[in-house]
Amino acid sequence: MEKRELICIGCPLGCPVTVTMDKETITVTGNTCKRGEDYAKKEVTNPTRIVTSSVRVNGGELAMVSVKTKEDIPKGKIFDCMAEIRSAAVEAPVCIGDVIIENCAGTGVSIVATKNVNRGKA
Amino acid sequence: MLKEVHDIVIIGGGPAGLAAAVAARKAGVQDILILERDSSLGGILNQCIHNGFGLHTFKEELTGPEYASRYIAMVEEEKIPYRLNTMVIDINENREVTVISRENGMETIQAGAVILAMGCRERPRGALNIPGYRPAGIYSAGTAQRLMNIEGLSVGKEVVILGSGDIGLIMARRMTLEGAKVKVVAELMPYSGGLKRNIVQCLNDYGIPLKLSHTVVDIQGKERVTGITLAEVGPDRKPIPGTEEHYSCDTLLLSVGLIPENELTRGAGVEMNRVTSGPNVNDQLETSAEGIFACGNVLHVHDLVDYVSEEATLAGTNAAAYVQNRRSEGEAHPVTLKAENGIRYTVPQTIDMEHMNDKVVVRFRVADVYKDRYVSVYFDGERVAHRKKKVLAPGEMEQVILKKEELQKYPDLKEIVFCTEVE
Amino acid sequence: MSGMNYDVVVIGGGVIGCAVARELSRFQLKTCVLERDEDVCSGTSKANSAIVHGGFDAEPGSLKARFNVEGNRMMGQLAEELDFDFKRNGSLVLCFAEEDRPALQKLYDKGIANGVEGMSIISGDEVRSLEPNVEDTVVAALQVPSGGIVCPFGLTIALAENACENGVEFRFFTEVQNIGKTEDGYVLETSKGQITAKYVVNAAGVYADKFHNMVSEKKIHITARKGDYCLLDKEAGGIVTRTIFQLPTKMGKGVLVTPTVHGNLLTGPTAADVEDKEKTATTAEDLDSLMRRASLSVKDIPFRQVITSFAGLRAHEDGDDFIIGEAEDAEGFFDAAGIESPGLSSAPAIGVYLAELIAEKAGAGKKADWNGKRKGIVRPELLSKEEQAELIRQNPSYGTIICRCEGVSEGEIVDAITRTLGAKSLDGVKRRVRQGMGRCQAGFCTPRTMEILSRELGIPMEEICKNAPGSEMLTGQK
Repeated sequence: MEKRELICIGCPLGCPVTVTMDKETITVTGNTCKRGEDYAKKEVTNPTRIVTSSVRVNGGELAMVSVKTKEDIPKGKIFDCMAEIRSAAVEAPVCIGDVIIENCAGTGVSIVATKNVNRGKA
Repeated sequence: MLKEVHDIVIIGGGPAGLAAAVAARKAGVQDILILERDSSLGGILNQCIHNGFGLHTFKEELTGPEYASRYIAMVEEEKIPYRLNTMVIDINENREVTVISRENGMETIQAGAVILAMGCRERPRGALNIPGYRPAGIYSAGTAQRLMNIEGLSVGKEVVILGSGDIGLIMARRMTLEGAKVKVVAELMPYSGGLKRNIVQCLNDYGIPLKLSHTVVDIQGKERVTGITLAEVGPDRKPIPGTEEHYSCDTLLLSVGLIPENELTRGAGVEMNRVTSGPNVNDQLETSAEGIFACGNVLHVHDLVDYVSEEATLAGTNAAAYVQNRRSEGEAHPVTLKAENGIRYTVPQTIDMEHMNDKVVVRFRVADVYKDRYVSVYFDGERVAHRKKKVLAPGEMEQVILKKEELQKYPDLKEIVFCTEVE
Repeated sequence: MSGMNYDVVVIGGGVIGCAVARELSRFQLKTCVLERDEDVCSGTSKANSAIVHGGFDAEPGSLKARFNVEGNRMMGQLAEELDFDFKRNGSLVLCFAEEDRPALQKLYDKGIANGVEGMSIISGDEVRSLEPNVEDTVVAALQVPSGGIVCPFGLTIALAENACENGVEFRFFTEVQNIGKTEDGYVLETSKGQITAKYVVNAAGVYADKFHNMVSEKKIHITARKGDYCLLDKEAGGIVTRTIFQLPTKMGKGVLVTPTVHGNLLTGPTAADVEDKEKTATTAEDLDSLMRRASLSVKDIPFRQVITSFAGLRAHEDGDDFIIGEAEDAEGFFDAAGIESPGLSSAPAIGVYLAELIAEKAGAGKKADWNGKRKGIVRPELLSKEEQAELIRQNPSYGTIICRCEGVSEGEIVDAITRTLGAKSLDGVKRRVRQGMGRCQAGFCTPRTMEILSRELGIPMEEICKNAPGSEMLTGQK
């Protein structure tokens, strides 16, 4: 039986949770909501994160558009994703939700815009 | 000069100003104007590109720009007028607002009610009086965040961060993702000022050490930062000789606290609070000057934007009631709120028992990290609430809800005390 | 290169170099100022007490006494001609013990001997009625109404601009490495090539000994004496209205507490001799001692409101006086060396004195078209609302506020960059218009000011420096 103490990152409350693992079952205690349980189980089996960054915009009113992974991706893929994000560029206009990179770094998850950027006045 | 007149003028188009505007419109006020100094609405959320916003308000996890866009959409839908690139330079107690802009030059606007929603700013290096040189490469974390996220520029390659407030933690991750090496985050206090989740996902995920009870005691480099010296501090928060450690770096980010952007508030002549650095307000979130309301980080620094929106909604609703002359008659019955024994302040600072809403949310912060302590409320010396909290931390805002019906059981009530108790 | 031959070369673009240059510009002389850094006023002149001393402190008969009193008298008119900030706020020298009264009297007597006007010795109660926040322990004080406060950047930059407008050349990023004698003057080896001059003015601050000793056998020796300062928020600026000195005692020279001409509160300096003439780093010990000692003069100084601390280096010469004039064994080489306090106060008088010496030696006549007036950067905050509105109508960039703490508009920043000897760095802008000098210490306005610098100078953001080369703000595009 293995025990792990985690801080839930599901919301700003940051509940301290305890995960107990044996061969078949994973039990979570200390969480105050369902999200906590889900997070803790995932964290000990396949930890994932949302990655946020920004991508250069050509011809926009702003130099950059903020982006995120549409869903959480495996922690081990964060830097592979960042490499693709950092070399990406997009043409204005950009709308929230627009896909900037499809299937980023082979995760099956897209990078989407989180901000509207209109065409620049130039 | 012909003076422009509006029912409600809102200073600041960030999360507080936007939520206040929407609430005032929903309460029936047609003539509202938002004044924003930047070139777009949304305020500081525009550069907070990380996720974690909106769980309370929208029941989903959003990034800062997405959270802002929800409120911007509401403002657009309600067709609430706003002026960008417009800086308010003065507000007086008669609610005359002086503004300056490229397009319109200098103007004075007469407001029926003013809602202060200017947000907060970062404490600079001087506030810490860090010795050493004054080279390039010392940034407050928010300035670096703007340069990176909005302008797409790189502020440094090897980084030390002083202060474990949320912006510092977020920037530690952000710079790491962008290829910089964040060597250490140092925190003067024995606990972090940031949210626990940010320590996990911004520092622990990337193996960035957090050194509690440490501070920067020297900055090296004549032109650009070349290194800093860190030292441990004792219980008196003074460096302990012999604990100095050198870190080579080209950048020092400071995340050493936020303070309400209070110049205009102060200029309006309203009563200020020494602890929050914002104005004192009553349960209507009205300052000591009639018709001037305050909400969001200009009132007191919040930990979550969701609470800013909630507070601003109340300010907008109350300002609407004020300009519509809907406030009920009757003599005021002011009750003073006091913070004692481990509680640093409360917002609001007074409640008018006669005119209060059915419920008043009292927000506060504690002075230290406490485990298994009670938060207690006393009505004129009688304990009326006693709630055990597993953990209380200065980085996180707490709240207690007071009900009008409870207060009315004490017809001569003068003072409500909020405190922490061991048992 | 014929362009590199001058009648007069001034080494150093500090307040002394610029004062000499401005006075030389009256004469028909081809004059050039050489400055190591990117801007004038980037050494000792930028980090000091910003005080125009009365002149009671220096030994009677010394050059310090003479030029201080003369410089003090000139400052008011100069401020009008050159449009910089100066205020005669008066000063008080506090005496904390009855047994120190003779020393206070001695200071008064020195002041009389030096020609300081209007002084009086007043009681502790009189002090506190003038300055209610002065400590109760004060028993008496020397009151000096002619003492003043000045913007040291404003003074230096105004002198430089006026010199430049009257034909003086300024060469920046030009470090003098060696000086040799020629038949009719000097040849200066610099980081930007060889420059020749008939006359040289050595106004090189802490390095003046190095240059003097290159041409003279009468060696001089300058020690860099570091002084740490704390600058407080404008909210604390009204704690005192006069400059508050402490009577030097066996415990030390004391530190001052003074409002600045822009309404902040300044305390300092400490005094520590340093080996390294570049060592402008503050230390925790000095800052602590400074705060402790300042608190002896004034009650409840709100040190929580310190917005920045800094250190400056005074050029202390072993002989303890200014060295001003032609070097004995180096004809045509004029020193302005050992210019420590009261150097800022003395600068205008030193400028006149040296320029006249040189002009006389060179037999140079005056220019017919010399214009001694300089217009400063327009500051909308000093205008009426109507005038401000009109200014923005004519130039909308005055309607964009960039630095919110100090209320600095884009128009002012553009003026600072594009005018004569304009700013090339963030610090250059700051010293001209106070952008970033307020309580947020440039947190808000840095990205915006960098954009304006980039646009007006036509250089990429990555090349924007805080001050000298090597102080780039960024490490590239993301």
